[in-house]
Amino acid sequence: MKYLSEYRDASVVNQYLEELDKITTRPWTIMEICGGQTHSLVKNGIIGLLPKHITMVHGPGCPVCVTPLHLIDKAVYLAEEKNVILCSYGDMLRVPGSKKSLLEAKANGADVRILYSPLEAVTLAKNNPDKQVVFFAVGFETTAPANALSVLHAQRENLKNYSILTSHVLVPPAMEALVNDDTNIVQGFLAAGHVCTIMGISEYYPIVELNKLPIVITGFEPVDLMQGIVMLIKQLENGEYKLENQYSRVVNSEGNKEAVNIINQVFEVCNRVWRGIGEIPKSGYEVKKELALYDANKKFNIQIDEAQECQDCIAGEILRGIKKPNQCPQFGKKCTPINPLGAPMVSSEGACAAYYHFTNVE
Amino acid sequence: MENKIKMHLTCPMPKFDFDTINLGHGSGGILTHKLLNSGVFDILKNDLLNQKHDGAVFELDGKLAFSTDSYVVNPLFFPGGNIGELAINGTVNDLAMCGAMAKYLSLSFIIEEGLPMVTFWQILNSIKQCCIKANVQIVTGDTKVVEKGKGDKIFINTSGIGVLHKHANINLSSIQDNDIIILSGNIAEHGIAIMSQRVGLEFETDIISDTTNLNFTIQKLLEKYGEDIHFLRDATRGGLASVLNEIAKDGNFGVDIKQIDIPVNEQVNGACEMLGLDPLYVANEGVFVMVVKREIASNVLEFLNQDENGKNAKLIGFINNEHVGQVILQSNIGGRRLVNMLPGEQLPRIC
Repeated sequence: MKYLSEYRDASVVNQYLEELDKITTRPWTIMEICGGQTHSLVKNGIIGLLPKHITMVHGPGCPVCVTPLHLIDKAVYLAEEKNVILCSYGDMLRVPGSKKSLLEAKANGADVRILYSPLEAVTLAKNNPDKQVVFFAVGFETTAPANALSVLHAQRENLKNYSILTSHVLVPPAMEALVNDDTNIVQGFLAAGHVCTIMGISEYYPIVELNKLPIVITGFEPVDLMQGIVMLIKQLENGEYKLENQYSRVVNSEGNKEAVNIINQVFEVCNRVWRGIGEIPKSGYEVKKELALYDANKKFNIQIDEAQECQDCIAGEILRGIKKPNQCPQFGKKCTPINPLGAPMVSSEGACAAYYHFTNVE
Repeated sequence: MENKIKMHLTCPMPKFDFDTINLGHGSGGILTHKLLNSGVFDILKNDLLNQKHDGAVFELDGKLAFSTDSYVVNPLFFPGGNIGELAINGTVNDLAMCGAMAKYLSLSFIIEEGLPMVTFWQILNSIKQCCIKANVQIVTGDTKVVEKGKGDKIFINTSGIGVLHKHANINLSSIQDNDIIILSGNIAEHGIAIMSQRVGLEFETDIISDTTNLNFTIQKLLEKYGEDIHFLRDATRGGLASVLNEIAKDGNFGVDIKQIDIPVNEQVNGACEMLGLDPLYVANEGVFVMVVKREIASNVLEFLNQDENGKNAKLIGFINNEHVGQVILQSNIGGRRLVNMLPGEQLPRIC
């Protein structure tokens, strides 16, 4: 597999490990933002190979984990409406709502479909004119273009029975919020490569400058991650703070202009509640008011109470990097992937699930 | 795959009064008899089935193995096979993994009304071809029809009985510390072949299901290596990871494997990356895991590599007493991680 195998080369990883050993003189705590990076670090066993005094904390970059409980309840509510086909990406299905998950709703007869693309949902709407098709549009800047495009397609086809239930979240405001939190322990970031592929890199300069904190935009393969960590530790050891791009084979500074253009046609920035973290100003996308017809939040009269989070779940501390999953008293006991108390135990990108599946190596 | 059964409709479909199966075909009345007599019995005919008893009456010598499995695959036809082939090969292979040569099978259908007769006929033909290839006979069976919406086109159950090889001692309790784990071929091909055909997920690929009968391969191995083969299991649902976890958890051993030694076809790997699936958990229908005595492992591998069903076989790891209950994988870059059981279905990722 070209462009992949060379980034999974054990000898290159070892060279970076040796270099890291040489350059690291004191303890550092760094955060990888994206859940995909967490997954790769744990799945490839990289965390166990790093020098002991480098601590990786796992960021909030798992869309499944930060989607608010209330919104999952809304999705379940809609799925249980007789006339609705609720479509979702696969890993949202197992996330526990306050009463049930979408998977449980499906087992009870709700029409819930797993799709890989929202454009399939538009086709579904076209083929089922007597049904309302709702796409559960979660994710970061990475999934926003496709979700926005589905609205444009529905508009072009003049479909009245397609809408999206949005909970889009944005990375840079979350990084700001993390750094400015009193409990922050993070000294540098590996930024999410794919988010920058869409949005470009300009949003990160102010975070670097204002907080005097190094950021390295990083990919997802073992060699990418190792190189990103080395670049970040070098900056920290030298007392520098710069924005660097490890993932330049995919990320260019302007991002994908066409994709951003599509996002801007459909979405506008809004305040957003992050599950486990709370409300972060200007940290999400919602459907523009003039496209309300395609906004399931407005289209349907969803009347459900705001539910309380499970008190035993420390997802907030996990998502802010204050605690590691295995420091949670419920980890692997009351909380497992089969019976998750909180979202990070569900998605394969969630830090708790990644730890549960891939660690415990004695 | 050269040993795939080529679907020729060598038995022309008899003239039935209906184009589709309806509730009457499961009523036990005239329609049922017509379907059975001019259809099922005729195509699957053998001495025991021809007796038309309520059950089959026969004698067998030696220690026996008995197994059952139900088949509910969707779609019914997929690259490299169909539900009928799975139903025969699956039960034949379950018996093979016990160390037995399958001899007689039962065959039961639960059909949703409205199934096109031609579909039923194609499935039945595949069943016949598979029986010939695996040298087994269908000796008893049943056909039920359920209302539209109460099933999903067709479900099949087969049970099978077979005679154990005289040197077979296949058991979790036969596994020893330091034994070697052999994997018989490329993983995840069946699951990805099915996935490539699912509505809403269609993607173009040359990957075909690996469904095949493994009974002759296993018998040859037992003939040559007998009791030094300690354990066998086909890596069907739940994939390779589940079998290894069963060995670790039910057998009270530690299992160590190396990712680099696990054979995965490049296209399959690509499809897994695209879909966000881990090939270790994807289903197989013609791949088995074998635990053998360390001293004979390389000879077994060489022998297995000569067989059509083992040409891609590899030594993938070993048994130990160190991390009991855990499967630990050394990743391609040298890191170590746990390989756990899957909680429910593998669900595709968002991004």
